[in-house]
Amino acid sequence: MPRLSAATQHRVTFTLNGRTVSLDAQPRLLATDALRHGLGATGTHVGCEHGVCGACTIQIDGQPARACLTLAVQLEGKEVTTVEGLAPERDRLSVMQAAFRRHHALQCGFCTAGILVSLDAYLREEPSPSEQELREVLSGHLCRCTGYTQMIRAALEAAACLRGEPLPQTLEPADV
Amino acid sequence: MKPAAFDYTRAGDLSEALDALSQHGAEARIIAGGQSLLPMLNMRLAKPTVLIDIMGIAGLDRVGREGDLIVVPAGVRQAALMKRPGLAGEQPLLAAALPWLGHYQTRARGTVCGSAAHADPSAEIPLCLVALDGEVRLRSRRKRRSVSAGDFFSGMMVTDKADDELIEAVAFPAARPGTGYAFKEVARRHGDFAIVGCAAVVTRDAMHLAVAGVADRPQRRSFPLLEGSALTDALNAFACELDARDDFHATARLRRDLVRSLGLSTIGEAKRCRA
Repeated sequence: MPRLSAATQHRVTFTLNGRTVSLDAQPRLLATDALRHGLGATGTHVGCEHGVCGACTIQIDGQPARACLTLAVQLEGKEVTTVEGLAPERDRLSVMQAAFRRHHALQCGFCTAGILVSLDAYLREEPSPSEQELREVLSGHLCRCTGYTQMIRAALEAAACLRGEPLPQTLEPADV
Repeated sequence: MKPAAFDYTRAGDLSEALDALSQHGAEARIIAGGQSLLPMLNMRLAKPTVLIDIMGIAGLDRVGREGDLIVVPAGVRQAALMKRPGLAGEQPLLAAALPWLGHYQTRARGTVCGSAAHADPSAEIPLCLVALDGEVRLRSRRKRRSVSAGDFFSGMMVTDKADDELIEAVAFPAARPGTGYAFKEVARRHGDFAIVGCAAVVTRDAMHLAVAGVADRPQRRSFPLLEGSALTDALNAFACELDARDDFHATARLRRDLVRSLGLSTIGEAKRCRA
């Protein structure tokens, strides 16, 4: 059984947003700090560091996870997606990100990274969520600006858009 | 908030995990989903010197049936049990309680057995185990044993598990014909820790009510089929026996009130659900 000793650094290799990455980590290193300090991927935010606020939510093999409740060594061999991996290409927003922008669904933006990552995972599982279901997903996130209503609107519209339904007429194609 | 230093091992099979536990005892902790353990480590309420990761062990992630028992091994995540096809018919209490267990994001990682091992007095899994009179299956290098849920939870985050034991599985009795099941909870926000959680099981000749969030562990009482003031008197006596405490979230008095009112409505719903 491989045993990683507390005092030494161990090579951890995983896929981050489609790219293979490696870093050296002590067993006690949290995934949040591995991403932000070890790899410079600062899109994942750190709020409470005990799993309550949801700001650090990432996806591990497509499932949501609190990065602050995950050890870097637990990422070995996994597929990790962070907010940096949601946009299809540079300078283009994902459907959900664009909907957040249209609906002013972020204010200070601190909680937004985790929320986008959660909703991305949830819509893959449930492409036609009800408002109530989305509220329950968002109950795993704290927004101290309290802008939940706009987030729900944005998520419902993004879900409709991802299902291929026509967008509201007021939208310009460039907005999408 | 960062954990204190520890060694980390990945058990390739159960035998390796048991060896490591028998070697390190109280210094070691099993890590599965980590949703209860990591907050304890981050806040340094727990400072184990060795973590034994069991999530790489093959076969621990499949829910099985043994007669009328639903057997949930140590690697089964809460979300996986919640998505089990037919769970609402197989055991409606579990299907009703699981959506209240933490949030979508934590259920995707946290395990059912991990929640039992953590033994938070307000937690849903211990409550369901106690309400259904389920069992906790423990294993060490020395022996295997099965403990009834009522005996397993012995206090606030304290269980009957010895330092060299791990929870191999928990077993929930499946729904029986003619029996009704119901679950209700009051929390600040959906998914937060329960202020009071109630689970009721009503058969043809008895009513069982289990309550979480009031005493130092989930508590279950059995009554004959009562109605009207006999039932409210019995619930009042139960509420007063439970040694409710004040804390940041609620007063002892509110908790007793919830045992009476939420308990009554949970029993009522279970009665109506008797098939």
